[in-house]
Amino acid sequence: MPLTAIAYETEVQSTNGPQIASKQSIASLTGVTKRYGNALALDRLNLALHPGEIVALLGPNGAGKSTAIKLLLGLIAPTSGSTRVFGSNPREAATRTRVGAMLQISRITEMLKVREHLDLFRSYYPNPLPMPDILRIAQLQGIEDRLFGQLSGGQRQRVLFALALCGNPDLIFLDEPTVGMDIEARRGLWAEIRVLAALGKTVLLTTHYLEEADALADRIIVINKGRVICEGTPAEIKHNSGGRRIRCCTTLSSELLQSLPTVTSVERNGEATIVTAVNAENVVREMLRRDETLSGLEIASPALEDAFLALTKA
Amino acid sequence: MYPAAILQPATANVPDIYRKEAKYEFVKLLRTRSFSLATIGFPVMFYIIFGLANRHAFDGSVHMAKYMLAGYACFGLIGSALFGIGVGLSSDLAAGWLELKRASPMPVSAYLFAKCAAAVAFGLIIVTILSLIGIAFGNVHLSPTELAEMLGMTMCGSISFASMGLLLALIVPANAAPGIINLIYLPMSFLSGLWIPIKFMPHWLQGIAPLLPTYHLSQLMLSIFHYNDTMSLITHWNALIGFTLLMLGISRLLFHRKEQNA
Repeated sequence: MPLTAIAYETEVQSTNGPQIASKQSIASLTGVTKRYGNALALDRLNLALHPGEIVALLGPNGAGKSTAIKLLLGLIAPTSGSTRVFGSNPREAATRTRVGAMLQISRITEMLKVREHLDLFRSYYPNPLPMPDILRIAQLQGIEDRLFGQLSGGQRQRVLFALALCGNPDLIFLDEPTVGMDIEARRGLWAEIRVLAALGKTVLLTTHYLEEADALADRIIVINKGRVICEGTPAEIKHNSGGRRIRCCTTLSSELLQSLPTVTSVERNGEATIVTAVNAENVVREMLRRDETLSGLEIASPALEDAFLALTKA
Repeated sequence: MYPAAILQPATANVPDIYRKEAKYEFVKLLRTRSFSLATIGFPVMFYIIFGLANRHAFDGSVHMAKYMLAGYACFGLIGSALFGIGVGLSSDLAAGWLELKRASPMPVSAYLFAKCAAAVAFGLIIVTILSLIGIAFGNVHLSPTELAEMLGMTMCGSISFASMGLLLALIVPANAAPGIINLIYLPMSFLSGLWIPIKFMPHWLQGIAPLLPTYHLSQLMLSIFHYNDTMSLITHWNALIGFTLLMLGISRLLFHRKEQNA
């Protein structure tokens, strides 16, 4: 980190001193409510980002994900509650030099070349990332002299991603970064986002691709109707949904299976029996001991998708 | 280096932002054929058809081809200001592109400056081309001073109508912008005598002209050749400046209201 940035951060913290709730969080929403007319977009939402982590904000459409990002970018003001980024109000211009953003944009200037777009965005920042680094991280080598309008959907998303990197920001917001990309392009961008984490950047991404949150995030915050429903590592989120699914053909009765420790549900589906249990290993051991004819055994973690559906249904 | 400089966050090179923003805005407009061909092509085509046809026509001491040069110069520069800013800004707003720029440390003033500078540049290009055509093919005698004054007036006119482009961008939906701007631009140009000298129009139509900002700009442009009407130049300047301030004032009001609702 450049010396100037360290000095700046120290200065900001000393002026705000005791008001900073947590020294570790570099960006936070505290008790934030945001109303658009009568519609409630965020309802007393709390959210904190710690240095160097990738956090996924996960939720269905209209959950308030983009609103949270726009608040942290200072593009909109909260109806009530407080928004802090690097200890300051994100609506102040100085804060923005340390932040990069990729927003959901329907169209950007098509008649400029990739290199020209990047050149312009780099000029906004005091310590921009060198052009070759941006091209390398966002994998734009070879297409830097093409007009934006000539690029494919995936390439366009990578240019928008590159724009977020131009200022060499410490904090990066990615609003639905892989929307509309095919699976191969999506995996490519995931690799690029992991490069950012390796560089020590803090990343907040919103997504409704659960696989994406699972693949990238250190921490997932599930929100729905403007409130946090749950928060944790991808493994914790899956665990909260009631455990793993054991599928097999067995002669054991449903009542008996239901009585085994940590079993949360038993379903019969034709020949197959599906048992959901938090401690799947012990349950399977017990089932095998009691039923020597047990066959067709499969154990699966619930897809994050199931966990997510279970969480947001409530 | 002074210690104070270390404590402050380094700031970007602000003149550089203005310069690059303006350069790329101009490059973008130039490459956008629907803009550059139409805004340069229409006034040039009209001047060739209507202006050059009158290269030997005189109305008293007024050389018609020279008179129409002033009219089509205004027509051209107003078009580039209204379309460049009105259509460009409203589509940037609708696409979320301006929002992304505003999330960056870019000063909003640099963005507005660039739009305005590009409109001025296109205005100057159009007026230069029209003047060259007039001199080469229209028997128009233009002294270097007159040409310089025309270019100066072009800058004033472009800035003035840029304010109208700004207001239109804020109130007109992006997909309807080109149509609505044409609906305002074309009748306004005709009614203030930019296409056909105002004295050849029906009397009742002539009464409308002084209500239009385009008329006052065209009279200021004509005054360079001493072809202007009997109204004082101060009145024309006041009308043009008043119009510009009104457009900027309403734009500012709308912009602040949007900010507050955000």
